[in-house]
Amino acid sequence: MVAQTVAFGIIATAMVGAAIGVVRSNSVVRAALYLIVVLAGAAAQFILLAAEFVGWVQVLIYIGAVAVLFLFGIMLTRAPMEGEPQDNDQRWPAFVVSVFVLGVLVALLVDAFGAQEIDLVAPTTTAEIGDSIFRNFVVPFEVVSMLLLGALVGAIALARRD
Amino acid sequence: MLRYAWIIAFIPALSFFLILFFGKRMPKGGSEIGIAALGASFVLSVVAAVQWIDKVESTEGGEGGHALGALGQAFHVAGEAGHTVVEPVLASVSWFTLGGVDIRAGTMIDGLSVMMLFVVSLVSLLVHIYSTSYMEGDRRYTYFFAALSLFSASMLTLVIAGSTLLLLVGWELVGLCSFMLIGHWWEEGANSDAALKAFFTTRTGDIGLIIGIVILFFGAGGTFDIPTINEMAVNGEMSQTVLTTASVALLIGIIGKSGQFPLHTWLPDAMAGPTPVSALIHAATMVVAGVFLGARLYPVFFEGFHIADGGLNAMAVIGGITVIIGAALAFVQNDIKKVLAYSTISQIGYMVMALGVGAWLAAVFHLFTHAFFKADLFLGSGSVSHAVHTFDMRKMGGLRKVMPHTFWTFIISSLALAGFFPLAGFWSKDEIINTAGKADYDFFLVVGLVGAFMTAAYMTRCVWLTFFGEYRGAEHPHESPKAILVPLWILAIGAVFAGFLNATAFDIHKFTEWVEPTSAFPEVIVPEFSVPLAVFSFMVAAAGVAVAGAYYVYGMGPRGLTERNASARAGYTFLENKYYLDHLYTDLVVGSIKGPIARGTYWFNQNVIDGVVNAAGTGTRRVGRFTYDVIDQKIVDGSVNEIAAATDETGGLLRYLQSGRVQRYALILFASVGVLSLALVFAN
Amino acid sequence: MELNLFLMLAAFLFCTGIYGVLARRNGVLVLMSVELMLVAVNINLVAFAAFTGAIAGQVFALFVITIAAAEVGVGLALVLLVYRNLRSPDLDNLDSLKG
Repeated sequence: MVAQTVAFGIIATAMVGAAIGVVRSNSVVRAALYLIVVLAGAAAQFILLAAEFVGWVQVLIYIGAVAVLFLFGIMLTRAPMEGEPQDNDQRWPAFVVSVFVLGVLVALLVDAFGAQEIDLVAPTTTAEIGDSIFRNFVVPFEVVSMLLLGALVGAIALARRD
Repeated sequence: MLRYAWIIAFIPALSFFLILFFGKRMPKGGSEIGIAALGASFVLSVVAAVQWIDKVESTEGGEGGHALGALGQAFHVAGEAGHTVVEPVLASVSWFTLGGVDIRAGTMIDGLSVMMLFVVSLVSLLVHIYSTSYMEGDRRYTYFFAALSLFSASMLTLVIAGSTLLLLVGWELVGLCSFMLIGHWWEEGANSDAALKAFFTTRTGDIGLIIGIVILFFGAGGTFDIPTINEMAVNGEMSQTVLTTASVALLIGIIGKSGQFPLHTWLPDAMAGPTPVSALIHAATMVVAGVFLGARLYPVFFEGFHIADGGLNAMAVIGGITVIIGAALAFVQNDIKKVLAYSTISQIGYMVMALGVGAWLAAVFHLFTHAFFKADLFLGSGSVSHAVHTFDMRKMGGLRKVMPHTFWTFIISSLALAGFFPLAGFWSKDEIINTAGKADYDFFLVVGLVGAFMTAAYMTRCVWLTFFGEYRGAEHPHESPKAILVPLWILAIGAVFAGFLNATAFDIHKFTEWVEPTSAFPEVIVPEFSVPLAVFSFMVAAAGVAVAGAYYVYGMGPRGLTERNASARAGYTFLENKYYLDHLYTDLVVGSIKGPIARGTYWFNQNVIDGVVNAAGTGTRRVGRFTYDVIDQKIVDGSVNEIAAATDETGGLLRYLQSGRVQRYALILFASVGVLSLALVFAN
Repeated sequence: MELNLFLMLAAFLFCTGIYGVLARRNGVLVLMSVELMLVAVNINLVAFAAFTGAIAGQVFALFVITIAAAEVGVGLALVLLVYRNLRSPDLDNLDSLKG
């Protein structure tokens, strides 16, 4: 148990630092690399939570596909690598709002869940997840497939030069 | 084979992927894969047909078991058929389970689906062969064949579907393929517009189909199974309300897909696609999917529309209107493909009308024969355009000398379409008219005869303009290559002989025996062959040819009527503008939705929203001004200045809010969410 | 392990994401911040799945991942379009909503 908490602490610290890096870095490429750290950290947390399959999917899709997509986006929009600040003029209001929301959330969470514990049982197997998707969530699954198709067509239609 | 009919649809699906991935690297650009796949499908369809016939013959107790012998006995007098029951062959697998309902995907093979399998795979195979020459050198040659394969796979799925859900899947897929193929040359704006129009118009009808399927699902106690639904409809286990609403909804689907009035406007525009596509999709197979649906779920329509009572019903009326308006529009077209397109609309109108008057068999039989001669006519028009590089009949003429094969096949198919004895169209059209008369639908008997007259007349005009007279174009026409002529002749042979399968005059009822369902099917009237009526309908067709011939060939009758007579001119203009239906749709329906809503939203934005913001700003300023003018002068200077400054800031704040920048709005959004959740926490 | 540890981490990531969405000029960076928020949601879903023992949370996390992929695809296409039309990926230039 202690080992897990320690592991959580290390990963969480890395994630927090990287997340701040994502929103503070002035280099877009560096921000993308920080984002990969956050995403990898999240995958590690999933595995810590015995959600093995979700963890690997996170690695495959987020780090494998989404991050690459971001790097493409950066390349295509010729974002500056260094130098000029990437923040706009409402930095301080934004900071205030986000800290305010964080405060509200933390207060709510402490109030609602106090010190309740997660007792981890055996890791969820992929078979169980597949079973659940195709038994109880068939319609959402089909809808998501249509959504992906729509996004695919939409992205091509938007980005095509004609 | 009957239990494994899914293989027939699976082969072209496989071919679609093969062409997509390997087509470009094949020596002939992928067309050989498509032809091989469709060839295999066709052979398997024939096997399935033979097995089905064998099954029917053996159930009827005769000297069954000899499928080929059965073909030989085609002229043998058929005994009392229809009392023995031949169940359709069902096969299904569990597709998925949803809320405790096991949804099954399966095939249902009976005479109807076997007949459709045969027609679809045969026409598709011929169109594939034809396209190798017609599409030669096209920049998307491989893609074209991939789409043809996908279309064949979807259409075959549609006709063997054993559940309404699977049928819907096939139905939507053929619509998608139709869209892809109409827009094959999308570089030209008109083509992609036509593709979109076809897609959206048929989609409008599809909404009806989906609603109908859902109604039937619940009406039948939670099943998509077609045999079950039909059985319940026949046995009166579904309430009349359910059946009637389902019939109306499904009829809308038929209207959209099969180009019936008033949603027929997409079909002529769909001629923007390559001609083989028009022959396959917009003449022989996809557009008759609506008729197929009507035939497949016939018990639902039969009970839902009270067809047995001989009263007017929506289905017969829609079909009847379409017969006449389609034929009338075919007169004023100068584009040969558009003539054929309106002719198709009119002929499918016959089928829908036939279903509506209880002539199930006649409708399906006409579908069967129509597939041959109409596909042949389209392919023939493609062959003509191959030679003269235009579809405009005013630039043709005199082609019979240079293109003898195309000419003869076109003539044969035109005569078949016009209903000349003893070609295919005669038998099927006569059967529709005959049944309409026998089933107390005298009105539709007249409609059928008028339609036959008009059909003969416009086809005469079309043939005359294309093949006779002097050549009016500037090209050097030549006969088409073999890959085009062979399919033309095969279909022409079909157009001659297909009708003999149910040549009631010679007491041949093979088509009835093989195709008409014997289980879960309402009692429909099968009339005796009537010699006077047949002679009369033949005379009507001949009169159509004669009148049109006299008018167009010998210049008899009122020439220049449209120039001299105002009402005749008005009629012509009315027809030329296709009854203004397109204008109605774009201007009235789309315009009425688009314009006012857009204007209304704009007005609301400009006047109300901006007004509120501006009024708030100016209002506060005015308050400030007022306080400055009135109170300041009379009471205290300092406090007033404060107020004025505050109002100015209020105005500034409101300006800040409406910056037009999304992130500013998002900032306000998140701040408000935070404040609201805090408020909620404190409220509890 | 305490449930709140995960929830706090998620809350922090979410608010970082909010800050990024509100304060970043570059469209690509805004999209990255949206990803941060989605990851936070996923951590919540999986943490609650472990907490309640119901598998649905994990399934929904999978759906969220899928949708996030679609969102990035369309989002980047939009940013690309903005860049192509305005020669800059900055969102500050987009103020025609002002009316």
